[in-house]
Amino acid sequence: MWVTLQITFFTLGLGLVLALPISFGQIYGNKLLKAIIAVYEKILRSIPELVILFLIFYGFPRIGVRFSPFAAVVIGLGLRSSAYQSQVFRGAINSVSKTQMRAARSLGMSNFQGFVFIVLPQALRIALPPWTNEFTIVLKDSSLAYALGVTEILRQGGYIIATKHEPMIIYLTVAVFYFVVTIVINKSLGRVEKKLAIPGFDVKETVR
Amino acid sequence: MEKIWNIAVKYWPKLLEGLGVTMEMTLISVVAGFLIGIVLAIARVYGNKFFYGLSTVIIEIIRGTPLLVQLFILYYGLPPLGVNLSPFIAAIIGFAINSGCYQAEYLRGSIQSISGTQMKAARSLGMSKTEAIMQIIMPQALRRVIPAWTNEFIYLLKYTSLAYIVGAPELMAQAKFIASRNFQFFEVYLVVAVIYLVVVLLFTKIFSILEKKVEIPGLEWVR
Amino acid sequence: MSEENVVLKIENLKKSFGDKEVLKGVSFEMKKGETKVIIGPSGTGKSTLLACINMLVVPNGGKIWLENEEVTSAKNLNKIRQEIGFVFQDFGLFSHLTALKNIMIGLTKVKKMEKEAARELAMAELKRVGLEKEASLYPAQLSGGQKQRVGIARALAMKPKIILFDEPTSALDPELIGEVLSVMKNLALSGMTMLVVTHEMGFARTVSDEIIFMENGYIVEQSSPEEMFKNPKNQRTKEFLFKLNELYGE
Ligand SMILES: Nc1ncnc2c1ncn2[C@@H]1O[C@H](COP(=O)(O)OP(=O)(O)OP(=O)(O)O)[C@@H](O)[C@H]1O
Ligand SMILES: [Mg+2]
Repeated sequence: MWVTLQITFFTLGLGLVLALPISFGQIYGNKLLKAIIAVYEKILRSIPELVILFLIFYGFPRIGVRFSPFAAVVIGLGLRSSAYQSQVFRGAINSVSKTQMRAARSLGMSNFQGFVFIVLPQALRIALPPWTNEFTIVLKDSSLAYALGVTEILRQGGYIIATKHEPMIIYLTVAVFYFVVTIVINKSLGRVEKKLAIPGFDVKETVR
Repeated sequence: MEKIWNIAVKYWPKLLEGLGVTMEMTLISVVAGFLIGIVLAIARVYGNKFFYGLSTVIIEIIRGTPLLVQLFILYYGLPPLGVNLSPFIAAIIGFAINSGCYQAEYLRGSIQSISGTQMKAARSLGMSKTEAIMQIIMPQALRRVIPAWTNEFIYLLKYTSLAYIVGAPELMAQAKFIASRNFQFFEVYLVVAVIYLVVVLLFTKIFSILEKKVEIPGLEWVR
Repeated sequence: MSEENVVLKIENLKKSFGDKEVLKGVSFEMKKGETKVIIGPSGTGKSTLLACINMLVVPNGGKIWLENEEVTSAKNLNKIRQEIGFVFQDFGLFSHLTALKNIMIGLTKVKKMEKEAARELAMAELKRVGLEKEASLYPAQLSGGQKQRVGIARALAMKPKIILFDEPTSALDPELIGEVLSVMKNLALSGMTMLVVTHEMGFARTVSDEIIFMENGYIVEQSSPEEMFKNPKNQRTKEFLFKLNELYGE
């Protein structure tokens, strides 16, 4: 259970750390950088998570780096998540109108100040709902660690079944765990959203 | 590079067979999921308290748990209760239900984005509620949901890879089989990655062309 | 540059976008406390001219001075922009900040003012435009006219040497135009230096010291309102004023 949560948090963190510079690059970068990022995102979004995990787990030893299955999962899912999160941030930043920056500059703010004080606070609000969504996706995808032999909650369930022979009950329990965590995530980030809510910023989207 | 090429040359019938199963599973699940989705969405938007509650609970539970866990429940959980499903069938049932719940949510968004006056106008012509839903609301809602629906197809195409864990003979399973023979795990999965990439990009392209073709002015897509 | 009382001086200003020349050599100056109105057909470069003055758009040629400082060669543009207020056609309010915070943010972040002092000043400026009650509302909760008054208060709070207005009322419903114009009129009377692009001829006639008619990147004619309305020298000015009168006739 802790392993599942650890995978989720590390993956999300890695995805976030990668996604921010990627989204900046995609918005403010030159043509070449933009093209590279577009390809990066396209590839990671087009290949099944499982395949990404296997490629990392079996691929890196070829260049002399051996990852534990846990690390391979976090890196694989983290890379995939970065491709999604960067789209979330990019969309959010782009949806803040250009005139906001112009108004900031007219007051004498630098580009950096305008970004930090004007664009970012708006973009983060817009990004929060899809980001929450990505959070729950990562939680669910952490179950794929099963395939690399990581003892996350699903595999743990399998071990218990080997002695107790109650697959239905055990797997339902596992499902309940995920469901409860998903609800907790949605509720608490939903509360953050409410706290930050501002008239004129009621963006709602259902994205998978 | 040469190794990779050799794998493709030597094992293409196996890979093709796997891809065939993958496509088959995707298609069946997406269509079955579509039917499930319509029912759930209508129940959630227009149903009475009971149907609204029921469909909401189903949708939230399925969307709140991993697909892999759902597959395990179907494949490992059911046999002791006397229900034995083949890996292929168990996987398809799992995918269809899972996808149905996501599709229901897209559809719901789409239905709700159609203005309430459409319903009123239909009722004012003397249509029953059911007729209004079927004749007026759904045709518009379905058209708007097409992009979400094509996305869903791509998602399923990728997520069918989970079926190999319960033993369905799709592309990943074939890859594992090949790799366990020649021990070139990385190369084999690289080939598989390229296959998925090509297929996904191909379908993305086809869908975007189709979407342009069936677009109607004023009924822009909801994404 | 040491002429008494000249706040803004523009000399042979030029701007092209690609090979399209939008400003073809514009010169004029503004003394302290003056209000000038710029009129002219759409696409003549009026907005471009204003944007060049505080370098939101960088000109290709010519010079601009703000009092004794040459804007066009200034190292610290952000410093200069603080001294030039800008009021936008589409208000340019920050959507995530209340009316009060919209005014405060320039004071605290750019001028590094203490929060309390900034709040006090912001409140005073809101009062000046008659919106102290709306201080805690967000832009989405304000009417167009109220938004624009906040926009003006925000510019004022920075204590600029001059305020540029780019069609401040043209995005407003007719019944809201009056409240904004009256704020601007009071401002002009209080001695603020103002350069206003507008087609509100009533305002131009009663408030401005001079009207500048621009067309195709040139200043075609500039004179006092009486002159301009009674006997415009240029044929084009005549035609344009006639058209305006038909459109907005009073
Ligand atoms: N960033 C830009 N890039 C390219 N062309 C531009 C840009 N900004 C303005 N232009 C062009 O410069 C010309 C002058 O534009 P400007 O907005 O200054 O006109 P204007 O006099 O303010 O007109 P309006 O009354 O419509 O506001 C227009 O033809 C416009 O298309
Ligand atoms: Mg303009």
